[in-house]
Amino acid sequence: MTEQTIVNIGPSHPSTHGVCRVVVTLDGEIVTHAEPIIGHLHRGIEKMAENRTYLQVVPLTDRLDYVGSMYANWAYCRAVERLAGIRVPERAEYIRVIVCELQRIASHMMGIGSTGADTGAFTAFMYAFAQRDHVVELFEALCGARLTYNYVRPGGVSMDLPEGWVEQCRAFTAQHPSAMLELDRLLFGNVIARARLKGVGVLSADDAVAWGASGPTARGSGVDWDLRRDDPYSVYPRFDFQVPLGENGDSYDRARIRLWECVESCKIIDQALDQLEPGLVKAEGLPRLLAPRPGDAYDHIESARGSLGVYLVSDGTPRPYRMKVRSPAFCNLALLPLLAEGHTLSDLVVILGSLDPVFGEVDR
Amino acid sequence: MTLLWGFLWGVAAVATIAGGAILGVWWERKVSARIQMRYGPQQIGPFGSLQMIADVPKLLFKEDIVPALADKAIFKYAPLFVFGPVAVSMVVIPFTAGWAPLDTSVGVLFFLAVPSIEVIAILLSSWASHNTLSTLGGLRATAQMISYEVPRSLAVLAIVLLAGSLRPLDVVAAWRWWWMPLTFVAFVIYFIASIAEMNRGPFDIPEAESELVAGYFADYSGMRWASFMMAEYGAMIAASLFGAALFFGGGWPFGGALGVVVLVVKAVLIMTAIMWVKWTFPRLRQDQLMSFCWKVLTPLALVQLVVIGVVLAWL
Repeated sequence: MTEQTIVNIGPSHPSTHGVCRVVVTLDGEIVTHAEPIIGHLHRGIEKMAENRTYLQVVPLTDRLDYVGSMYANWAYCRAVERLAGIRVPERAEYIRVIVCELQRIASHMMGIGSTGADTGAFTAFMYAFAQRDHVVELFEALCGARLTYNYVRPGGVSMDLPEGWVEQCRAFTAQHPSAMLELDRLLFGNVIARARLKGVGVLSADDAVAWGASGPTARGSGVDWDLRRDDPYSVYPRFDFQVPLGENGDSYDRARIRLWECVESCKIIDQALDQLEPGLVKAEGLPRLLAPRPGDAYDHIESARGSLGVYLVSDGTPRPYRMKVRSPAFCNLALLPLLAEGHTLSDLVVILGSLDPVFGEVDR
Repeated sequence: MTLLWGFLWGVAAVATIAGGAILGVWWERKVSARIQMRYGPQQIGPFGSLQMIADVPKLLFKEDIVPALADKAIFKYAPLFVFGPVAVSMVVIPFTAGWAPLDTSVGVLFFLAVPSIEVIAILLSSWASHNTLSTLGGLRATAQMISYEVPRSLAVLAIVLLAGSLRPLDVVAAWRWWWMPLTFVAFVIYFIASIAEMNRGPFDIPEAESELVAGYFADYSGMRWASFMMAEYGAMIAASLFGAALFFGGGWPFGGALGVVVLVVKAVLIMTAIMWVKWTFPRLRQDQLMSFCWKVLTPLALVQLVVIGVVLAWL
């Protein structure tokens, strides 16, 4: 045992995926302890929500998981709808599914791309980002924003699909699976990437459940849990799709099942576009100022990072009495000390990347 | 008089490397852009070729930051000793049949030995920065550069054995085309070990951007930072030129000025391959890098030497 060194990774560092600080105790190159220090991006969104009307909270939820804003929009709106007893038109539900599956692709492209960047394969990052850019352009055509959409609103979505959008979307899903196969060969088929990712940061299925991990992080360890299938919401029961599972629970499996999830998302989008029928995109007769009866509601959806839940309490006024977000990124990040111990500093970066945290959602 | 000539050669070598580095950076930007489905620089000059001319003044005018806790004298002058040895090693390259800037009987050894001084300078600069990430980078660089000198030297030894001389001009004169298939493994080892020597991807572990930010030169800025970059590009240019001279017959099949052109073309091809590897492969981990060196490359280089010994005995 040599003298231990303490190294600060972050808060501003190329591979902390935002503003996270990890205090790493090193024995030579081996990590003996890694402590993530969060809160650098804390804006008090849950508290801010208490001083805004129900509709004004939607743009705040955009800033939670800024790589997957649609999910936070949707999870919050589902909680509001449950609280106020709003029925959402069918077309709006389909549009929500389509944009959220597109969002899953965009978010996973960021995750896989940064796995590439963390291991030094910057070209894989660019390939993933080219795909992400297609999705972002679709969103831009849809609602004018590329990052914070404010699109899903209580009772439906803010506006209908623009003309020609369905065709653009179909063109995207037609080319996406083959692009994923190419990315798979480029990154996950590479001998060095395999050596860097396989067997690194192994998470057992029991640990994944015990630590409350969800999403690709848990499914990488073989935990067969996906809210879209196991606690079906919206129109998901009408679609035929698989839930990809990993076997070893290492960084390789966690990163790679994201790729197959994107292919499954394409299937869901295609089916949803086939079943899409004209109709309303927002519930009729909604009051300008929502003031649900006193009570509470919780609803959760499967976001790109896992089970994203929103808990709302109403005291009968037009402002939420309390909002609490169950953030999957926060729960997954808690695994970092467990996974990184005994690995090298280079592996720590890969493990952090494979958990794919977004610090807007961790710190809230 | 000798001193004056030496001085002029020094200026010429530095100018060649600086010019080569400028062209090399431009070429790398174009190559990497094409690999990544981008265009790269295209606004300044034809095909963006003057982009670097615009970038160099930017570097010159940047603030020269010296960290408060750094060991100032060492921090300031270590970059010189990173760049210097690379420039010096260029003088023994046989640019064309019968002509090298410095014709010495131990030229091959000189080329392998002189850039090794760089290791000390890198270690000093990393230590003087007073930064944990820099120190880690410096330690990684030291282990890596010293280890990879072994397979690299053994690979070059294969050619020396065939030529029967350490004088680069003799090697080029003795070179025959059938050496290429015979020393192919040696060339691959030389290629890989040279990439590791110059700390480029997939062996850029000492400066691993995603782990150590920039490793041993994380705290450098402006022209001091640029001298690290020039050393990297200089090493790449020198290794490509020397590899083209030794393993591909230098200016063969031409002599004179045309030979220089042929050598440069061959070197650019090798350099492009180095860039191609960097922009395609992920980065290795430190322990994987070391076991690859000692368990794969070094034994393979020894086997290559034995094969060449058998061929020579049979001839």
